[in-house]
Amino acid sequence: MIPVEFDYVKVTTIDQAIAALKAGGEDSKIISGGQSLVPVLRLRMAEPSVLVDCGAIDEMLGVREDGGSITIGAATTHHAVMSNPLVQKHALLLAQATATVADPAIRHRGTTGGALAHADPAGDVPAAALALDASFTIAGPGGRRTVAAKDFFLDYFTTAVGPDEILVSFSIPKCDWGSHYAKFNRTAQAWAIVGVAAVVNVEGGVIKEARIGLTNMAPTAVRASTVEAALVGASSAADITAAAMHAADGTRATSDLHAKADYREHLARVITARAVRAASGI
Amino acid sequence: MAHITVTVDGTSYKGEVEPRKLLVHWLREDIGRVGTVVGCDTSNCGACTVLLNGRSVKSCSVLAVQADGSEVTTIQGLSDGNEWHPVQTAFKECHGLQCGYCTPGMVMATVDLLSENPTPSEQEIREGLEGNLCRCTGYHNIVKSVSYAADLMSAGPTKGAK
Ligand SMILES: Cc1cc2nc3c(=O)[nH]c(=O)nc-3n(C[C@H](O)[C@H](O)[C@H](O)COP(=O)(O)OP(=O)(O)OC[C@H]3O[C@@H](n4cnc5c(N)ncnc54)[C@H](O)[C@@H]3O)c2cc1C
Ligand code: FES
Ligand code: FES
Repeated sequence: MIPVEFDYVKVTTIDQAIAALKAGGEDSKIISGGQSLVPVLRLRMAEPSVLVDCGAIDEMLGVREDGGSITIGAATTHHAVMSNPLVQKHALLLAQATATVADPAIRHRGTTGGALAHADPAGDVPAAALALDASFTIAGPGGRRTVAAKDFFLDYFTTAVGPDEILVSFSIPKCDWGSHYAKFNRTAQAWAIVGVAAVVNVEGGVIKEARIGLTNMAPTAVRASTVEAALVGASSAADITAAAMHAADGTRATSDLHAKADYREHLARVITARAVRAASGI
Repeated sequence: MAHITVTVDGTSYKGEVEPRKLLVHWLREDIGRVGTVVGCDTSNCGACTVLLNGRSVKSCSVLAVQADGSEVTTIQGLSDGNEWHPVQTAFKECHGLQCGYCTPGMVMATVDLLSENPTPSEQEIREGLEGNLCRCTGYHNIVKSVSYAADLMSAGPTKGAK
């Protein structure tokens, strides 16, 4: 289908973006890579008054080192993020999760910040951001604020970014732990039925600490905190499998045409064990 | 209406477009690049794949206004006069198509894949073309075509003749 009519402005600074969102009223919307928004527009499931294109704001592009963390501009494409040496060195989990998003052409346009702001419960990037303890820089009419990952994802397609605000960047504390993103899907370019993002700190063959994010097990990505606690001290495959039995604890998986909730819960347990074993080398 | 300037297949085009116009519709309807086709309404099939500033994109999922100031290469810009691009030659030689509908997108996705990875394994070819669907071939001959294209391209530019 052809989208409804809208206006379009391309801005080059955050201040211009905020002013343009305000001028467009409540139906104005940011467009970044457009890889979620253009399909939605084509289905006429969104009817914005104006699209504010933030793809040319320097501050929102690229990856930089900030002391103990790396900062990723929200408009950096999936492809640029996953092939970036700083990301591969200090936040490998993010590269691993991003590499499973859609297909190469969509990764050339779609942005990691767009995926986080869009907050699809089946999206692969939010679980990695949670496991990596990311923090988010949001700009709005009242200035800038920083929001921790645990306070960022609020509900289905809903984040802490308000309608008059823009996600500028997100930061990840450097993490050299073992990592793995396990995505369970059945066909090419398909969304995750369940996904598990794991970073694990192993010393002398024993797990000291683990952080695990789950994709598509609740209205937002969630941390598997019971598994994380149960993994401390684990040193064998059996220990990991036992800890992973808690992967569905406290989740709110739904049933849809891809899987029933109880199957998703089963998958979460199996895939969590796989992800932790791959991340820890145990 | 918005004013855009886009270089397509080496020629600069200026146009007035509604912001809601998709790049693929601009290419087909406004400047006659009907070699690029639309195969779905869900951004899945990849039939519309073109290169935007050298990298593959699905032109049904980009607004024409977003391409302002960019360079686009379509299937119609690949050959060099009478000389086919080696990827086109390889698809012909290996019978990498049946109805041909997916072919413009397959070829463009292959050009992109080989620019990043000139010697892909079978697995890398299948993953690299993950965003392009073919309803006819069962993919085997497409994979062969991509391998053969990689051979032709590593053997030098003269091998791609019609
Ligand atoms: C066929 C297909 C398959 C896909 N498969 C997957 C998959 O397997 N896994 C996966 O994770 N994703 C998948 N995606 C989605 C892809 O990851 C998108 O690139 C991503 O979700 C959105 O990023 P974008 O830059 O394209 O955002 P856009 O489409 O431009 O925007 C998406 C939404 O976020 C808002 N937004 C964007 N940027 C900002 C910002 N900086 N501040 C505030 N709001 C903002 C927009 O207003 C819009 O509401 C798929 C998409 C398609 C079309
Ligand atoms: S027409 Fe199917 S992906 Fe563009
Ligand atoms: S040759 Fe018919 S769809 Fe691929």
